[in-house]
Amino acid sequence: MHTTVHLLAADAPAQLLPARQLMAFTLASHIILVPLGVALPLITLVMHHRGLRRRDPVALLLARRWSAVMAVQFAIGVVTGTVLSFEFGLLWPGLMGRWGDVFGIGFGVEAWAFFLEAVLIAIYLYGWRRLPPRTHFLLGLPLPAAALLGAFGILSANAWMNTPQGFTLDSRGDPVGVDVWKAIFTPMLGPQYWHFVVAMLMTAGYVVAGVYAVGWLRGRRDRYHRLGFTVPFTLAAAATPVQLFLGDSITRAVFREQPVKFAAMEIVWKTDSHVPEYLFGRLHPDGSITGGIKFPQLDSILAGFSPDTVVQGLTAVPAGDRPNTTQATIVHCAFDIMVCIGSALALLAAWYGLAWLRHRRPPRSRWFYRGAACAGAGSVVAVECGWITTEVGRQPWIVYGHMRVSEAVTPTRSTALWAMFALVAVVYVLIFAAFAVVLLKMRDRWRLADEPGGPGTGPGGAEAPEAATPYGPRPPVPAAGPGGSAPSEGGGR
Amino acid sequence: MAELVAFVLLLAVTAYACAGGADYGAGFWDLAAGGAARGRRPRRLIDHAMAPVWEVNNVWLVFVLVLMWTGFPVLFQTVFTAMWLPLALAALGMVVRGAGFALRKPARRLSRRRLYGAAFAGASLLTPFCLGVAVGGIASGRAAPGTEAAARVWAGPAPLAFGLFTVAGTALLGAVFLTADAGRFDAPDLVGYFRLRALVALGAVAVTACGVLLATRSDAPHVWQGLTRGAGLALAAASAASFAATGLLVLRDRAQWARFGAVAAVGAAVFAWGLAQRPYLIPTSLTVADAAGDPQTLAWLSLVSLVALLLIGPAVALLYRLDTRGTLEPLADSDLRGVRPHRGGPADGGG
Repeated sequence: MHTTVHLLAADAPAQLLPARQLMAFTLASHIILVPLGVALPLITLVMHHRGLRRRDPVALLLARRWSAVMAVQFAIGVVTGTVLSFEFGLLWPGLMGRWGDVFGIGFGVEAWAFFLEAVLIAIYLYGWRRLPPRTHFLLGLPLPAAALLGAFGILSANAWMNTPQGFTLDSRGDPVGVDVWKAIFTPMLGPQYWHFVVAMLMTAGYVVAGVYAVGWLRGRRDRYHRLGFTVPFTLAAAATPVQLFLGDSITRAVFREQPVKFAAMEIVWKTDSHVPEYLFGRLHPDGSITGGIKFPQLDSILAGFSPDTVVQGLTAVPAGDRPNTTQATIVHCAFDIMVCIGSALALLAAWYGLAWLRHRRPPRSRWFYRGAACAGAGSVVAVECGWITTEVGRQPWIVYGHMRVSEAVTPTRSTALWAMFALVAVVYVLIFAAFAVVLLKMRDRWRLADEPGGPGTGPGGAEAPEAATPYGPRPPVPAAGPGGSAPSEGGGR
Repeated sequence: MAELVAFVLLLAVTAYACAGGADYGAGFWDLAAGGAARGRRPRRLIDHAMAPVWEVNNVWLVFVLVLMWTGFPVLFQTVFTAMWLPLALAALGMVVRGAGFALRKPARRLSRRRLYGAAFAGASLLTPFCLGVAVGGIASGRAAPGTEAAARVWAGPAPLAFGLFTVAGTALLGAVFLTADAGRFDAPDLVGYFRLRALVALGAVAVTACGVLLATRSDAPHVWQGLTRGAGLALAAASAASFAATGLLVLRDRAQWARFGAVAAVGAAVFAWGLAQRPYLIPTSLTVADAAGDPQTLAWLSLVSLVALLLIGPAVALLYRLDTRGTLEPLADSDLRGVRPHRGGPADGGG
């Protein structure tokens, strides 16, 4: 490891804070869309398949509507994702300039998987009307694979930042002799990837099912709502116990590969055996802990199956090479929130499973549906917390043990970065508000359409602008006349 | 191997210039469509034509960035450090554009729709201009490795000329594509509308191209030398010939074919610039060989690009083919209504 000057927070360049805040903000926003992008295609295709197999118009209707949601989400995901790739250059040129050729291949794989996904989503969404049903379904079939491949690329890059390998350093500290295979398949890739993929499936499933759970609570209990709830919830519930196991194994992988990050996650100050486990609590600069619930010896037992397991503490490395106590507290809290939400979801999934086993039907308790309605938001929070755990826990390193975040940051003045941050924040708030508005509008229109005695078939006149949504349903358009409107959409066969 | 990756990078830049360019051009004409009443029909056509392919068109850019930082990390670091402001504006423009496009339709009030529409259209002008400026900054050689961010890097004659030329090029692509789309979606009155605009754009491209050549001669001597001999000259000539052919096809009302002409003109122009820079990535300070990343990485990157070509090529071709044949249609309300269709097939639209 090449030596670098010890940069404490006090000596950090002024532009580090806005650069970090901007990156954190854009990533946190993008990650809300990711579960829907990665796992919603799979859930939609399961529903689509059911519709085709059983000749079930309700299932087909749900699949069509979900594909419209998928398209809106994907469009916004493209924008926020492109911004992120720009930010690698605008905020962290030092990282890409020195290490780009070591870990960039993962991004290359991600880029073309993502490309394929963009093409396939366009074909799938716009193919409902004219493509033969079988062809249409088969063209949608590669979507989940493309999404999984894209996730693999990104996770490979992130895992490399956690456990960098596949290169040697020359006399100037620059990487040479890259071994691409080793750089892609780093020790943290397996645990991170599977933990992530299952998290995406759970989140997408619980979010979609949550919508119909709310409908159920409000008394809409027709077959449409039952099916819309059951399919995604079953997928998510089946994934939940798997996630408990995967979460446990990734924590142990962090214990092995990144002991300092593990110490921050569990706020362990001094290297010791018989280390207690704290649920929440706050770490102070002198190493004392206030608040939280203490479980004696549990941390050592969880880490190595025996109370004698030695857990490395934060003080095992110099202060400049580890997260500070505030960061450690943040990591610890985020980690505990994630674990608590995961456990709660496991209980909910168990309830669901038992009901199926005993009564061959979903539970009927209102409390179950209240829980299911909260599960979607809860899993999004858990995803954010997981991401905070891994990113803040890596501080102060951007490439673990090789490059500090402060060495990678752009030389641009901090005022320019703050200005950009302000602009981006405003626009993102608008974008996400628009996303929510569009989805709610779609929902309202669909609800209206489903009501008996709702708007019948036959061409409605040109509708008010507020009725149309970007990707989803559109009113059929009358033929262009004086003051007419757009080219034929949906009519004119 | 480094040459090969540089060639792939140039291909990706070309693809983005053509596909993304048509997209930005559509936004440009959206901006120029006039008031709410007058611009309503062209705007509807623009929305309708853009919707199925705009994401795909914009993914090319991610591809370009990935190829840059993986294949030529030093180039990526240099460009993004020296030309921070134009690139930051380009990124902001992209966000605003996406937001405007998404927000415009669900907005209720006309004033709001105007605001969001203006954001979308204005950003469609800003982003290509800034990207063109960045290309000009590279061509002029002022963005040498180690350069700090400063206005002088991108505020010279060559960068500004490149920026204007890029905007004119996108306007041409947009107008030609929309002329063809108007014919496709049987909106005959809009065919003439966009044809006129395509002719205006042709004039603008001719003027800005002269500007680029003049600025290049004084401000980017290495690129000028490359353009006046060998492969660079051949491609510049091919670009001019395609440009003339496009003009003829537009005049003769052959918009379907004019699309190919416009794409060829823009593609050849990008290629001419790329080949004129040989052997440099940034003229006279950073060669392809110097900037190249690790040899093993480059080999893998070529492999990844080849796989991408084999997988994405057919997929994109299929998408464009389905799109131009009119097989891709947005879902209409009737598809999303809870009516029971006969049999299990998709519900028949109430046309």
